[in-house]
Amino acid sequence: MSIDPRVVKDELIQIYPKKLRQKRSEQIVVTEHREDSSVPEIKANVRSSPGIITQRGCTYAGCKGVVIGPSRDILSLVHGPIGCSFYAWLTRRNQTRPESPEAQNFINYCLSTDMQDENIVFGGEKKLKVAVREAFQLFHPKAIAIFSTCPVGLIGDDVHAVAREMKAELGINVFGFSCEGYRGVSQSAGHHIANNGLFKHIIGLNETPHDEKFKVNLLGEYNIGGDGFVLENILTRCGIKQISTFSGNSTYDTMANSHTADLNLVMCHRSINYVAEMMEKRFGIPWMKVNFIGADSSAKSLRKIAEYFDDAELTARVEEVIAEEMAIVEATRATVKARCQGKTAMLFVGGSRAHHYQMLFTEIGMKTIAAGYEFGHRDDYEGRKVLPGLKVDADSRNIEEIEVVPDPERYRPRRTPEQLAKIEGLTEMEFRDYIGMMPEMDEDTLVIDDLSHHETERLLEIYRPDIFCAGIKEKYAVQKMGIPCKQLHSYDYGGPYAGFKGAINFFNDIDRMVNMKIWSYVNPPWQAKPEQRAEVAAD
Amino acid sequence: MLLRHTTDEVLERTALTVNPAKTCQPIGAMYAALGLHNCLPHSHGSQGCCSYHRSTLTRHYKEPVMAATSSFTEGTSVFGGQANLLQAIQTIFGVYNPDVIAVHTTCLSETIGDDLVQIIAKAVAEGKVPAGKHVIHCNTPSYVGSHVTGFSSMTKALVTYFADPSAEKSKKINLIPGWVEPSDMRELKCLAHKLGIEIVMYPDTSDVLDAPQTGKHEFYPRGGTTVDQIKSSGGSIATLGLGLSSSSAAVEALQTKCGVAGETLELPIGLQATDRFIDKLRTLAGVTVPDAVTDERGRLLDMIADMHQYVHGRRVALFGDPDQLVSLTEFLTLLDMKPVYIVTGTPTPQFENRIKTALGGNVPEAKIKAGAQADMYLMHQWIKQETVDLLIGNTYGKYIARDENIPFVRHGFPILDRVGHSYFPTVGYDGAMRLLEKILGVLMDRQDRDAPEERFELTM
Repeated sequence: MSIDPRVVKDELIQIYPKKLRQKRSEQIVVTEHREDSSVPEIKANVRSSPGIITQRGCTYAGCKGVVIGPSRDILSLVHGPIGCSFYAWLTRRNQTRPESPEAQNFINYCLSTDMQDENIVFGGEKKLKVAVREAFQLFHPKAIAIFSTCPVGLIGDDVHAVAREMKAELGINVFGFSCEGYRGVSQSAGHHIANNGLFKHIIGLNETPHDEKFKVNLLGEYNIGGDGFVLENILTRCGIKQISTFSGNSTYDTMANSHTADLNLVMCHRSINYVAEMMEKRFGIPWMKVNFIGADSSAKSLRKIAEYFDDAELTARVEEVIAEEMAIVEATRATVKARCQGKTAMLFVGGSRAHHYQMLFTEIGMKTIAAGYEFGHRDDYEGRKVLPGLKVDADSRNIEEIEVVPDPERYRPRRTPEQLAKIEGLTEMEFRDYIGMMPEMDEDTLVIDDLSHHETERLLEIYRPDIFCAGIKEKYAVQKMGIPCKQLHSYDYGGPYAGFKGAINFFNDIDRMVNMKIWSYVNPPWQAKPEQRAEVAAD
Repeated sequence: MLLRHTTDEVLERTALTVNPAKTCQPIGAMYAALGLHNCLPHSHGSQGCCSYHRSTLTRHYKEPVMAATSSFTEGTSVFGGQANLLQAIQTIFGVYNPDVIAVHTTCLSETIGDDLVQIIAKAVAEGKVPAGKHVIHCNTPSYVGSHVTGFSSMTKALVTYFADPSAEKSKKINLIPGWVEPSDMRELKCLAHKLGIEIVMYPDTSDVLDAPQTGKHEFYPRGGTTVDQIKSSGGSIATLGLGLSSSSAAVEALQTKCGVAGETLELPIGLQATDRFIDKLRTLAGVTVPDAVTDERGRLLDMIADMHQYVHGRRVALFGDPDQLVSLTEFLTLLDMKPVYIVTGTPTPQFENRIKTALGGNVPEAKIKAGAQADMYLMHQWIKQETVDLLIGNTYGKYIARDENIPFVRHGFPILDRVGHSYFPTVGYDGAMRLLEKILGVLMDRQDRDAPEERFELTM
């Protein structure tokens, strides 16, 4: 089957009004491999057009739901009408494992000021203060995070002033986030706001020293379905100390202590790169992009870490762990590959998953024919090399860019520029870089930013891929078309999918989904010949 | 423990809600609008609202839930949402071609003060609404009422926009089903059909949120009440609303606008509420109740009589929406169970009176709370003080059920972790049998699990 993706592109957008058609045409790109290794430019991180049926959510979802929510002992208090807190209540599957049965764990609680009309009219600060006091009385947390929802910004409640006042009164850390839903074009703005808050209010507050030789933080790993547990297990077996994770299975104290690490590993570039950047500037901790989705990618990432620490013993242990894990992966991978080889996949999700998960499909012989992010930026598609040329538009300008200078006492470059350059020369990787999705995609595949529902249905009709990966809102519409849909936010309540064991889980799940029997029974036996004479006629 | 910080010491709270027994208005409006044929619900606010509502409804039904959003940005919040809504209306008719766009507001657009009537009139004036197509709206500020209020408001909007006072007079009865499942709506239609009564029912989410797998995604599924059917409801002989909190507003609006006499009953969940429903329906239509329906009733009665010993005297905690809670309380009381804790986050005038009526003087120790700080946290604290034998409520109850080792029946919204609610009704006599079967199932499974070996019963 030969389908010209350029024709498909026109087909997807022809129904739109002219202005929208023009805009969407810049957000849909056919990949090319150019000699100078550049990739085509894509328009991303721009507003979704009203009425379009987008996958995207809001700034609050990115801040509270994605980045801060997974931490178990920061008490999250949502200032607003009840819905925002309700919908973010346990719906993202961030697993957490308290140190002991007595340790604080607020992840199963949903707190709200449940604003009423009188709070909108007369202001909600007073109610917020009382709510913070009540929350403190009930839970005695080390820290309370206050999240603003849409009306809060409009009526002018100053959550930061309330936070400062409560911090002084209660003697615990209290901080606010101006993450009103309308602040940005997607969840992405909320990630940035959350990153700023982590940096301003938590990181660097806990000076507990660590003797371990190899100390890292894992950034942008939210422990959905237990991914973080798998990675922690791998790193520990390699002899690498994980000081903190941002923010899966994390605690306030570990995040506050994260500046004692010697390397930041960035999993989800989109949601956490700001923290990585700021920590390097203030504390001198280099960061590198890693990818633990896919067995080969996991092995590669581990080797990069070993290169960085440049220690023979560590390198040997890393190789041992890779060898052990790969032996187990190989058995499943070969079986599944035999059953999935040549099948096709599409991935439209998130801000890094639509890239990372392509590796898993590749490992079982499946081809990604179209992909895109829900809330990625150009650098997530084209690589960070485009950053210097990016213009800050009106929708991004209102998010604070924190001016970071080296900490007078604690700035300690972990490696000299020469050392870093040497490591870069040894491996394929670069520090503080991310090459993006597009360079790793095949020629003539489609890359579509902020895919709309209309485009989803047309894509599926034209290509009929063997599997489509998206989120809960897309899942059942796709499956009604007889095409299995894998949720890559919630993993369809399965997982973990990270690391080596995660890859095995993923291979098995995809094998099950693309080979399940039910899809071939959609048509009833009588459909082919609907009119039939009774074989036994009554006299 | 999942809820390890919940203790039995109840502190007076005035500002903080913990683990709410409600959510916000717009999701109810979205659900109601899905019960209109060829309708695309539209959320006038930030993208997150629409995304959250679609996600929650999708998790509850495991079905596609289509809806659009005005995608507010910071600029919109400053300048108002008119431009976004006008653009949305144009794009939606052009791309998704519905018969109706049903707009509901959000806390954001309400706080800004967007005037939906004016914006819709402008859209019409500018030719953005094709001939024969409609844009309707209801106001659903999230800081008033709850999801139930939103459902009620959108149902009322169907009357205000479509019910036609000059519609041809008919012998039909309007049925306003209240916030129940597609399975329940199907069952209500089925009961009316068995009684030989022609009804106009809206909203109707059956064949929308329980659509069959056919290999094709019907963007507008077969089900949903048509605009013409709602228009015709202005000429019906009477209106019967079900669920005081979710249906009264529409029933009253229909009476005021079209002069159709209306009455609202409690939801027909359980024996007595179903009795009143069937009796009212047959009286309004002047028909005799067929044996088939009386037999359904008899089978329910028989089941209760046979299994009474397993439910009698059991203490029950229930949380959820007022209409469901009132009828459930009445049914549980009939079974000689003891509904001791009854909590809804939905501010509900007369809630305590409605529940007390349902209790009929039984269970004087019952604790009842609605509205502010009536949350699952408080109910859990009551359970910590004195436990119960059964918990009934939405999926979030599973955290309490596991911590406190209490048998749990899922009922209400949302149910995120089990299937069945969209396919098997709990209204009507058959629905009550299903409910009783579920209650018996969890109680008897528990008895089987915990019984000493020598008291493990073969026959129960």
